[in-house]
Amino acid sequence: MWRERRRRAHERRRRSTESGARVAEHGVSGAAMREASGVAMPGAAGDWGVSGLSVRYGRHPALVDVTLAVPGGAITAVVGSDGSGKTTLARALAGALKPSAGSVRRPASRRIGYVSAAAGVYRDLTVDENLEFTGGAYGLRGAALRQRAAQLLARIGLTDAHDRLAGDLSGGMRQKLAFAMAVLHEPELLILDEPTTGVDPVSRAELWRLIARAAAEGTGVLFATSYLDEAERARMVLVLDRGHELVSGDPIDIVATLPGAVFTVPIVRRCDGGSIERHAAAEPGAAEAVLDGRSAPHRWRRGADWRVWSPSGAPPAGGTAARVDLSDAVIVAALQAGEPTA
Amino acid sequence: MWAIVVKEFRQLRRDRRTVAMLFLLPFLFLIVFGYAASFDVKTVPTVVVGPLATTVAARLPGQFDVVGVHPAEGYAQAFNELRDGKAIIAIVSPTSFAAGDAQILIDGTELLAARTAITGFSQLRSGASGAPAGGQTSGAATAVDIANLLPTPRVLFNPELRTSVIMIPGLCGIILVFVGTVATALGVVRERQAGTLEQLAVMPFRAWQVFLGKIAPYLLIAVIDMALIVGAGLLVFNVPFRGSVLTFALGALLFLFVTLGVGVLISTVSQTQGQAIQLSIMTLLPQILLSGLFFPLYSMAAGVRWISYVLPMTYFVKVARGVMVRGTPFVELWFPLLMLAVLGTVVFTLSVLRFRRDLAPGGAKDEGGSDVAGAAEAST
Repeated sequence: MWRERRRRAHERRRRSTESGARVAEHGVSGAAMREASGVAMPGAAGDWGVSGLSVRYGRHPALVDVTLAVPGGAITAVVGSDGSGKTTLARALAGALKPSAGSVRRPASRRIGYVSAAAGVYRDLTVDENLEFTGGAYGLRGAALRQRAAQLLARIGLTDAHDRLAGDLSGGMRQKLAFAMAVLHEPELLILDEPTTGVDPVSRAELWRLIARAAAEGTGVLFATSYLDEAERARMVLVLDRGHELVSGDPIDIVATLPGAVFTVPIVRRCDGGSIERHAAAEPGAAEAVLDGRSAPHRWRRGADWRVWSPSGAPPAGGTAARVDLSDAVIVAALQAGEPTA
Repeated sequence: MWAIVVKEFRQLRRDRRTVAMLFLLPFLFLIVFGYAASFDVKTVPTVVVGPLATTVAARLPGQFDVVGVHPAEGYAQAFNELRDGKAIIAIVSPTSFAAGDAQILIDGTELLAARTAITGFSQLRSGASGAPAGGQTSGAATAVDIANLLPTPRVLFNPELRTSVIMIPGLCGIILVFVGTVATALGVVRERQAGTLEQLAVMPFRAWQVFLGKIAPYLLIAVIDMALIVGAGLLVFNVPFRGSVLTFALGALLFLFVTLGVGVLISTVSQTQGQAIQLSIMTLLPQILLSGLFFPLYSMAAGVRWISYVLPMTYFVKVARGVMVRGTPFVELWFPLLMLAVLGTVVFTLSVLRFRRDLAPGGAKDEGGSDVAGAAEAST
């Protein structure tokens, strides 16, 4: 089963490579995204990544045979639920843990920028002091450091907060500071482990603008996230499920090559004797059959509708063709992986 | 309420270190106060010198544990034996029974033993003055004869038997343990808890650079702390400093070497600052209680005394008191200094190895390229 899934995943990856890479643009506006949309940057950093990577924590396999390229000048997203292995992959690529099998390609540590899941900001140092420490660690000193720090502070909107303790900043501001610390030395490879988790929507958008800009400047970005809408913005996506590669490739290709078809079945609420039940709006009798888990196991809720995956492509009763996105495609991949015959 | 009790027990069951501390500490106290902590000095190490040393030694009451008899030596040897910590009482025997030139020297840095000895000699003399005169001319000297021959003891190094004189050198040890072990462990664990240790691990630092960078500030603080304590001891409490500053500094540095190593070692096995504090307390308490700082080693039961000999504080206390109060020279302190060096090397090596494992798991950091496990793959 896994072998078959891996074959399909590799096939998808091959197709996506052939179709040409891109940097997705959703939600990132203006000049930054236009900069980031240029793909193969002249003089872009090398081809970093992992190959056949497996990591075990004691007897527990955290990652199993995962392969991922992180090219320069592009954003590569690793997406998955908690415990799927995103952080392990980010840490292995950063050199913070030793793989059990496989290989990791990365630049020298002085050319890597890393934001761990814990942000890695010294809360008892000021914004300036945090930047000064990181700059010193990477050999930046004096006027060069001050100039670069000022430039980044302006870019992340923390110029006025330069003398505030990092512990007094909001979560979003702290993540932006962590980002600034990670790109201070203009790394070739930037590894961001869930930088937007717990961050407000405005700060998320700002962080994405910064990340896209870093990629546009030629940095290879690995972005681990739990949010599929963020993963859609990447050039390449790797979806992990309990340490295994579920699906990978260009998000557009992943959606386009989705097996079978996905349909929408609307849901309405009806009060019946004080209780609330869900029914299909049209053709109530037929929709009841769709909502019955025994007859339609491939369904999930999406807003006010059910989404139903039909492996054969045949529409369910009352269903209309859905506008599929990466979120749907990943669910289909997970359902397909769970199929006894898949 | 029952739900809270059950929840507490479940949490406690998973917090093995707290459980260990809750059960180990009473056990430790039982050992310390049952066997080790004794203010009763039953025997006092004694050395006897002078022409009649053998006779005097043979006639001393049982509470004087004769550890050396040197008939050919005189006062200088007696003084040196006390200065070097080999005995607590030195008796310079008279040139003859008729001569009144005997001397008793007591090491004032051993308060309990010194007080016991002073009382013992006093009782001997008062007993002799009430005894029949014939006892003195019977040819074979008795304990009473000996007492009559001996003058009032002279307390060396700490004539007023002041507690501060012996506690302040020991306090230096406590300060060094506190800063070296507790503060260092907390400093490293704070990084781990905040997630910044991982950040350091991927930065272009070598493990030893992080290690030294982390401990250097605490080393400096410990040195300043110790200088302040010694200075206050000298100026405010009139503690003498008779020996070599360099020997003291060497002892303190070696001791700090051990305590910093213990601190880093604790930090490598602690995930939270609470755990680090627990472990630090478990290393700090035995050192304070069993190092001879409060309770003399020779009063401890032999079964628990060996614990004292694996504690670095035991050796630091010997060095600090020896150098500061008695003026013990370097050559006579080679053993405690060597022990501190050995303990330091063992603990420091262990801590560096564990620290390295945490900080450089991916191997060589500065070269980049690839980590390869299993099948080899060419690096980029």
